[in-house]
Amino acid sequence: MTILLFGVTKDIVGSPSLSIPSASVTNRKIPKSVRELRAFLGKSYPELNQLSSLAIAVNNTYAGDDVEINSYDEIALIPPVSGG
Amino acid sequence: MGRYKRHVNLKGFGQAAQEKLAVGKVLIVGLGGLGVPVAQYLNAMGVGSLGLVDGDQIELNNLQRQVLYSELDVGQLKVKVAKAKLSAQNSETDIAVYEMFLSVENALDIIAAYDVVVDATDNFATRYLINDACMLLDKPFVYGALHAFEGQVSVFNYLNGPSYRCLYPKAPSVREIPNCNDNGILGVLPGIVGNLQALEVVKVLCGIGEVLTGKLLIYDGWSQRSRQIYFKRNPIYAKISKLSENYGFNGCESVSTIAPEIFAQLQGNVQLIDVRNADEFNTGHRLPNAISIPLTELKQNSKALDVAQEVYLICQTGKRSKMACQLLKQWYPNIKATSVEGGMDEMMRLCP
Repeated sequence: MTILLFGVTKDIVGSPSLSIPSASVTNRKIPKSVRELRAFLGKSYPELNQLSSLAIAVNNTYAGDDVEINSYDEIALIPPVSGG
Repeated sequence: MGRYKRHVNLKGFGQAAQEKLAVGKVLIVGLGGLGVPVAQYLNAMGVGSLGLVDGDQIELNNLQRQVLYSELDVGQLKVKVAKAKLSAQNSETDIAVYEMFLSVENALDIIAAYDVVVDATDNFATRYLINDACMLLDKPFVYGALHAFEGQVSVFNYLNGPSYRCLYPKAPSVREIPNCNDNGILGVLPGIVGNLQALEVVKVLCGIGEVLTGKLLIYDGWSQRSRQIYFKRNPIYAKISKLSENYGFNGCESVSTIAPEIFAQLQGNVQLIDVRNADEFNTGHRLPNAISIPLTELKQNSKALDVAQEVYLICQTGKRSKMACQLLKQWYPNIKATSVEGGMDEMMRLCP
């Protein structure tokens, strides 16, 4: 699962994308919904939990927390940005 | 209309679209990095009426990206200088200036007179205010914002399309506002994003092309890639009956400040809170009697300060200390809170 990072999420993670291995190489449960993905990422990067408004897109479409995700989906984390 | 010959000759645009521009009324909120290119192009292209809203003055550090202004303009009001230069560029445009920041008190009155609003602000508070006012008045607004090498563009509330709240329901908290060192901007980026906004305004006014509604354009200047994210209107966020009373900190309300030269005389005998992060406080320079309460922890730890006494706030550059002042005033309306202008950077320059 590829996760593209935008705005401050790129700064928090320190790279423009992340990948979550699909097989259980690690002992951690692979997230199956947007809600689980939020929790999963929040554990690895606690600073992400501080973002109250973080939009998540699945295959270029805005996705609510109940949307299911699969290993072949392309996810994007899109926080609000404020500069002008 | 010899002036607009190249528009009139353009297939897909033509005389009809030019005439629509000529009667178009566009309000530009913010005359900074984004607002400047929007104003310059719409003015050059023949938009009939432009409204310019900004209470700020031109600073030297604006010039690397706000290319309408020159060195001699530093210290002057942005809207005044912009009006003079835009009138010289196109004397036919009717230009109205509002020497103020958009607020809950004035937003509906100002926006009501225009067809399209351009959100060229640099803060979340004004963005949510524009969103809600445009929802109430049923006006489309063309959004643009920046972060580092990235830009976002979309057209909200266009023909019953989604609004900003459909993407971001809640305004971010203070915790999410990047610290002073984080919000750099490469000069050309607002030029690109502002021009994309100007293009959307033209499409909305003339009814041509595919308007960027229901889609968020993310432009990444670092990789020269762009991407569109599709999103839908959420009816929950369309039900607005009035503006909120408070949109929170917008970075431009007046705050009591003290010049670092004067503060240097008082220092030692006053209550001083350093609102920088703990690591900045612990590893960098700090003033001897300063108490460390990071901005993000101000609410939980505000009991540590004596609100009956005047409190001075300091950070690295004077930006977060201003936010802290405003927050304290929200929580303790009677508090006397003062921000040290220029922060530790200035204090170090004075007493290295």
